This record gives sequence, structure tokens and C-alpha cells, in this order.
Amino acid sequence: MRAHTPEDAQAHPISLTLNGQARSLQVLPWTTLLDLLREQLDLTGTKKGCDHGQCGACTVLRDGRRVNACLTLAVMCDGAELVTIEGLANGDQLHPMQRAFITHDAFQCGYCTPGQICSAVGLAREGRADSREAIREQMSGNLCRCGAYSNIVAAVEEALPLMQEAGK
Amino acid sequence: MNPFSYHKPASVNEAIHLASLSSRFIAGGTNLVDLMKENVIRPERLIDISGLPLRAIEATANGGLRIGALVSNAELAWDPRVEQGYPLLSQAILAGASPQLRNMATTGGNLLQRTRCAYFYDTGTPCNKRQPGSGCPARTGLNRMHAILGASAACVATHPSDMCVALAALDAVVHVQGARGERQIAFADFHRLPGDAPERDNHLGDDELVVAIELPPPDFAAHCSYLKIRDRASYAFALVSVAAGLTIKKGLIEQARLALGGVAHKPWREATAEQALQGQAPSEALFTQAADLLLQGARPLNHNGFKVPLAQRAIVRALSEAAFGKTYPGATP
Repeated sequence: MRAHTPEDAQAHPISLTLNGQARSLQVLPWTTLLDLLREQLDLTGTKKGCDHGQCGACTVLRDGRRVNACLTLAVMCDGAELVTIEGLANGDQLHPMQRAFITHDAFQCGYCTPGQICSAVGLAREGRADSREAIREQMSGNLCRCGAYSNIVAAVEEALPLMQEAGK
Repeated sequence: MNPFSYHKPASVNEAIHLASLSSRFIAGGTNLVDLMKENVIRPERLIDISGLPLRAIEATANGGLRIGALVSNAELAWDPRVEQGYPLLSQAILAGASPQLRNMATTGGNLLQRTRCAYFYDTGTPCNKRQPGSGCPARTGLNRMHAILGASAACVATHPSDMCVALAALDAVVHVQGARGERQIAFADFHRLPGDAPERDNHLGDDELVVAIELPPPDFAAHCSYLKIRDRASYAFALVSVAAGLTIKKGLIEQARLALGGVAHKPWREATAEQALQGQAPSEALFTQAADLLLQGARPLNHNGFKVPLAQRAIVRALSEAAFGKTYPGATP
């Protein structure tokens, strides 16, 4: 067994694309992607709910796929392309999924909403949701303690074809 | 989380060389990072294997599939060859975790995930699996989720995976590589029962890395069912799950495979239950007989007696769905 030394546990350089911008960062190995976003990069749209991968509030898109940022080590994101809720809109033009959430009033307190929207964008790209029932099942990784589920499903259902048209 | 050093090897051999008793391999990290946050596991060194070339799903010479250990759960469940040839495996994977976790979690890591026993996670309580010799509060405490089969005085934990229940039923083979070379482990021999060493979940050596899972040719695609019973409609661990696969010729069952999840320290199979189905015409009476054989020796704890009749009925229903389709006569919606 090799002794643990301070020089072993050092910051590592990583390069990634974050919301379209190339970034080079130094991260400690035990920093999660969620803490990197919120504490070091001031991107607080991504929320810390349970911090154990059970609630989905921290959902972001990694290489187009939805993942839990709380269970992702930042040091393992070298080379990744990340999109958070802050990166979905095109300037002042909201992403179709964001517009649909507003249209359908798909939230109450809003805390889970960034994760819900990123998860729904990931769901759309997966292309496996062909019914309300499938949307419900495939959004099961995102909890909403206010219980806005029926409006969330309606919003996702409306945005899916819009995203296909827009090629997003 | 405790501090640790981070290493990203460029080859399987380098990864194995870096491994020690105080290190852990990390790939998807969905279970390990959580356990590290809870101080249940405190590695001094993480070996990031996510960059290793273990991401392929390839046809084998005998008509099966070889799945690289780093293929994600989502990629595996949605691979057309798996959906068509091994729908039992696709169904089982999609019954587990959440879409986000399935995008992160890997095939190899799924085998190695730890029990979700609350006492194992709570470092303020004893646990023989976390700290050998400290005791098992689950045996007399809150044990609604725990084992009814194959448990020991030292441990009543269950293995949490859905994917592994299907892999057990399909007779998968685990390919591992270690300092002494490569070896293959039959799926039934990969995980172990707790006995008096519950700290060991499986027979993988400390320096060994799972590199691939091999599936035999797809015999059970036409007649299979994965049935998972849980406390909510989605995103919950199994109270009981059943993987059933049959081949049926001229109205008679030729081969039968039956594995249970959520009831033991490993996916639970029993040869006599499968043998009882062979050569017989599928019927509810026959499936009830197989269920009784599979559940032989069940010893429920204070809070999980319900699992025995639940498993009994789930086995009959899964076998009926496998034999006659999801909407078989007599099926309850």
C-alpha cells in the first residue's frame, strides 16, 4: 500500500467546452462538476438538491447526454462538451423547451426547473419518448417537490416536435 | 469527500499496475462517488479507466456478443443487437436507475455496485460489510428491503442491480484481467453469498479489472420477460424482480432460465426450478411449481415476509408473460 502524500493530491489541469466556450481550468480531484459550476465558475443555474444522484436538480448535458453533475468528478471532464441551463438559450431567444415550460407553467418554486429542462432536452435527443407515458417514465430521474409533473409532461410533449423541426 | 490522488492510465496494463488495496478504479462513478461522499469508501487513489479502449460491442464467433466494460447502460440497452437478440437485458437495464444515471453508469461498474442497505451507508452504525466484525444491525433492525435467500448471520444485504439479474439468467461470462493475466468467470460464479465474509461482494481479485461481458447466442428473444416490483412506478430499487427466459418448441418448453433480484446477495437461480419447466407445456400450475422450487429455503426477516408471496406471484406472472406474451389470458392490467 502506497502512502498518501500531499503532492499526490494536487490540482489537475482540464480543458473543456462550457456553453460553447473553451475553458482551461485547474481542479482538485475531489471537486464534483456541480461544485465546479456553482462555486468556481459562478454558474448557479445548475442546482444542488440531494447531491446524491437521486433528484436530478443538477442535470446538465455532457456531449449531448444528460448526466448528474453531482456524481461527476470535474477532473474526469477533460475534453468534454458541457451545456448547462445557462447555455440553452440563443441570446435573448429561449430554447423551445424553456418556452414550453413557461407556456405550460411547468413549475412552482422553480428549484428543480433547470434540471428538468436539461433532462428534457436530453430526452428529446435520445428520441425514445413517443407517448405521454414514455415521457413520464423517461423524466423519472427528475423530482419536483411542488408536484408540477402534469404541466412538466405537457411542456415536454409540446417541445419535442418543435425541437425536431429546429434540428436541436 | 476525503482527499485522494487521481491517475488516468492509458492502457489496461497500466491501470492494473496502479491498483492497490487503497485504490479504486472509477468509470461512471455513479455509485463510487456517492459512497465516497458518505465516507463509506475512502480510497487514497482513484484510477480513472474511462479513457481505456473498452467501449465496443462486438459479435463473437459463436453468434453471441462481447460487450466492453465501459459501454454505458443506456448504450447497451438501446443497441439494436441487444434490443433484438436480448430484449430481456434491455428491459432489465431500462428498469433500473434513471436516464441520467444510465448515461453515466458502465456495464462493468454495474456488476460492482454496492448494496443499498441503509446500515452499510450509515457510518454511524455497525456493518459487517463496511467494517468486518462490527455486527449487522439490519438482521434485527429495519429489514424490509433485505434478503430472504442465501443470507448469513453476518449479513442480510441484497445486490441492487437489475442488469445483473438478466445477465445471470442469460448465462453471461465475465472477462477480467489482472496482474496474472486474463480469466473468464461464469456469471453465476462472479458474485458470492455473504457467509462470514460479507465485505467481499464477488470473486474479483484486488488487482483485477472487468474488461468485458460476453453473452452466449440469443436463444431467449422470443420468450422472455423482466418483471420488477418496486415501491413506486419508476426509479426505485426492486423489492423483487424476475428475469424469465424460455425456448418453446411444439408447445413444450425446451430451455428455461429464471433468476430473481432483490432477494439475495447475488442474482438467485436454482437449477431444480429450471429443470422442472423443461419438456413441459407452459401453464400456471407448472409455473407455480417452479416458483415454489426457486423460493425453497426462503427465510424472511421481521419486515420482509411479504417478499415470499410477492416473489411467488411475480415468478408466475413473469413466466406467463414470457410464454404467452404481456397480455396473456388471465393477466391483470
